[in-house]
Amino acid sequence: MKFHERQVHPYIPNSAPATKAAMMKEIGIEDIDELYEDIPSHLRFKGEMNLPKALTSELALKRHMDGILGKNVSVDEKISFLGGGCSNHYVPAIVDEVINRSEFLTAYAGEPYEDHGRFQVLFEYQSLMAELLDFDVVNVPTYDWGQAAATSIRMAERITGRGTVLVADTISPDRLSIIRNYCHPVMQVVLVGHDNTSGQIDMGSLKGNLSGDVAALYFENPAYTGVLEENGQVIADELHANGSLMIVGLDPLSASVIKPPSQYGADIACGDIQSLGNHMHFGGTLAGFIATRDEERFVMEYPSRLFGIAKTSVEGEWGFSDVAYDRTSFGVREKGKEFVGTAAALWGISSAVYLSLLGPQGITELGQTIIQRSLYTQKRLSELKGVKLRFTSATFKECVVDFSGTGKTVVEINKLLLEKGIFGGKDLTEEMPGLPQCALYAVTEMHGQAEIDALAAALKSVLA
Amino acid sequence: MEIKKGSRLRNFHQAKWDEEVLFELHTPGERGMHIDQADAAIVDVVGDGLSSLPESLRRTAPPAFPEVGQMRITKHFLRLSQHTLGGDFNVDIGQGTCTVKYNPKINEVVARSPKAARIHPHQDESTVQGALEVIHNMDLIFREISGMDRFTLQPSSGSHAILVMASVMQKYHEVNGESHRDELITTIFSHPSDAAAAAVKGYKIITIYPDERGFPDLEALKAAVGPKMAGLFITNPEDIGIFNPRIDEFTKVVHDAGGLCGYDQANANGILGVTRAREAGFDLCFFNLHKTFGAPHGCGGPAAGAMGVVKKLEPFLPVPLVDKIDDRYTMNFDLPHTIGKTRQFWGVFPVILKSYAWIMSLGAEGLKEVSRIAVLNNNYLLKHITDIDGADSPYPGGLRRIEQVRYTWKKLFDETGIGTHDITLRMADFGFHLWSSHHPFVVPEPFTVEPTESYSKAELDEYLDGLRHVAEEARTEPETVKGAPYRSVVHQIDESWMDDPEKWAVTWRTYLKKHVNK
Repeated sequence: MKFHERQVHPYIPNSAPATKAAMMKEIGIEDIDELYEDIPSHLRFKGEMNLPKALTSELALKRHMDGILGKNVSVDEKISFLGGGCSNHYVPAIVDEVINRSEFLTAYAGEPYEDHGRFQVLFEYQSLMAELLDFDVVNVPTYDWGQAAATSIRMAERITGRGTVLVADTISPDRLSIIRNYCHPVMQVVLVGHDNTSGQIDMGSLKGNLSGDVAALYFENPAYTGVLEENGQVIADELHANGSLMIVGLDPLSASVIKPPSQYGADIACGDIQSLGNHMHFGGTLAGFIATRDEERFVMEYPSRLFGIAKTSVEGEWGFSDVAYDRTSFGVREKGKEFVGTAAALWGISSAVYLSLLGPQGITELGQTIIQRSLYTQKRLSELKGVKLRFTSATFKECVVDFSGTGKTVVEINKLLLEKGIFGGKDLTEEMPGLPQCALYAVTEMHGQAEIDALAAALKSVLA
Repeated sequence: MEIKKGSRLRNFHQAKWDEEVLFELHTPGERGMHIDQADAAIVDVVGDGLSSLPESLRRTAPPAFPEVGQMRITKHFLRLSQHTLGGDFNVDIGQGTCTVKYNPKINEVVARSPKAARIHPHQDESTVQGALEVIHNMDLIFREISGMDRFTLQPSSGSHAILVMASVMQKYHEVNGESHRDELITTIFSHPSDAAAAAVKGYKIITIYPDERGFPDLEALKAAVGPKMAGLFITNPEDIGIFNPRIDEFTKVVHDAGGLCGYDQANANGILGVTRAREAGFDLCFFNLHKTFGAPHGCGGPAAGAMGVVKKLEPFLPVPLVDKIDDRYTMNFDLPHTIGKTRQFWGVFPVILKSYAWIMSLGAEGLKEVSRIAVLNNNYLLKHITDIDGADSPYPGGLRRIEQVRYTWKKLFDETGIGTHDITLRMADFGFHLWSSHHPFVVPEPFTVEPTESYSKAELDEYLDGLRHVAEEARTEPETVKGAPYRSVVHQIDESWMDDPEKWAVTWRTYLKKHVNK
């Protein structure tokens, strides 16, 4: 017997034989196949999909899923120093409580009436991010930082009418690849070098690449290497004198204690909110933000939804709706700004809850404690023989640790660390030119003295 | 407005708290949480940390977040959740094209497990074998569903999958020395992103309109193909719900002219196991895991796309793919013509995981039953909606509809002056959502209903009663409809701030600047 003759699946109520028969009778058919009669035989799939046997009971499904996931090892079972665009931060219980509410989890694209709460919470997300970044406009989240950076660059192309973007080569390799694909073949991507000691932008390389076709410079601060750029305002002045824009990508958590890009001349800031109250999910909870000043020439170039506050017909009642909807591809297809669709709104909600909980004092303390723990880690690691910090500049959260003087490769070191219950830093040897046997270590509020000392001790024994 | 007992309509009223904007809750000195301070031993070694930063880098004033105690924050966001009509609460079939269906709770429990939620994308492969297995299995599953040869699970959404399709197609032509192919053909009843995401890649867009029966016009396609044409992106059935039976002729016309064909299967809910991309002659296709495959929509994401290709396009896919070598799952970055990365890391894992669980619950026969019942439900609604005085489905001609129908209120609008916009607002008074966005209005006063397989006949009947009731009100008490909503969260919104740069306010700080501290 076929499945649907044997079992009514819990997810498909109208499979119930009596209901199905009644509905078929009402529409005048004797077999559901009649509804497919417009699909000709040669387009029909004649075979059977070769899929695993259905696990229709929830218990069987749970066992199966637990079995597969049981092969994973979570960061709670080890000490992890992995970062590089996704990092392990504490997520307060209220965040999970809110984003797992059915109302938020299962809503989609209701009108600003029945989905008033969705509009308001994302407006509040935009508003909190605006305070963090000291910018006036922030979008409903896009896919990830890579997408946010790529879109920021295309916005700059449209604003300036120029076809080249300079990108500092201390960018994450993943994001550089995303940007190259997103810009091709419309824009040229030209890399700007960095100073080999400080890790900061090489001003000579920047000036040498400036031309009348440069729409913008995109750089990350902190860079993928964790390095903080000290010449932001000087760079901005150079760019603006050239008629170019400055786009800065950042982990927004760094703006807790580091001056945000708007305060040293940036025209657009972008980045990822995974660090603001989102679990890691194997890198699946990234969500990108784009922030600008409230100028029409910027606002009208956003492809994303922008939720705005409004009055209603009742005095004192808050309403919300879409600002400048007609710029989007929903309204005007390919004549819109890039494209828009379902992206990552729920992670905007987690970040709104998270930033609300932190408040101004909490976020400052959080930034401070991350810096303290990072400095302590750097100190402990640089005490080890043959180990040194690759760059001399101040860093936030991440730093590049150079193992090339140890006589061991990062692959070997990380394998031995894993045996000792530690996920060592990301190996940069293959992915970043000029950083052989270097690893990217990320330190957050999750790392106490015990964990950091454990790393130092493990490394000491591994390198002995 | 009270509903008489005996009707299937509800005397609904949405929660309405008149909740403040978060910033209005600011009370200086309150705290939402404390931070775990650095150990004393750490402070002894590094001091306050901040003074290690160059002065020029330091933030001088903390962000002006509101200061609110923990309970009030909790209450605030829970109230806002009550101001949101999630799919779990309503008969959410008025969001046609979006396949809003039941999102099983067990899948949420699984996805929240620390073994899923608390893994880092750069962990050693030996410690994420389960995650890699799920991604690999999804590749295999979608090969079966589509007939394609290889899938990437990296796209972040359907629109993103379209961008990835356009990127793969472009790279293919470049490698074959045909980078002059810069035109892409799509149809007006394919999703706006089929045109818009391809345009990002520099494509000039040619849009085909329907013939008098509602099919994309084959003659128009023949006129559009040529040496500059890169390919075709098309949906089938299109957003109006009609299956194009000559789709293989479309793909042949494009192939004969040297182009590739991409199948937008964002919504495949009516045809699982019935007809596939392979038989129709497509080279690329994609599915939305948050639509057909049961993952929740999360207020507009996270989403995920599964994008598949025929063998000759596999070397162009984004990296990495997940291979199975002996009993081990491993990432393969070695694709000779890869377009590179299109998303950081490996895809939207929680969504992939939930969809995998959904598919595993149903199996092959279950997936077919999903489609068969979705189509039955749709044709049941079609019969009853077209019986409503004032509603109709355009493009008559005895054709079946698959998983959804685009309807029109044109007759009602002509007779009463009440159309889609007003009806959308009034439906909210009964706990229903009816979507208003189908730009451009090729079908006048459009609305699209897509029942999926999830809703019982009784629920479909309830929704039908809502449509009937409002259509009747349009004739008997039109002012009631025009003044709606009354029992939703808020009353009619003054849209005048939305398109005026002097007034729009995307953030609280700009609201204060423009409207309070002028």
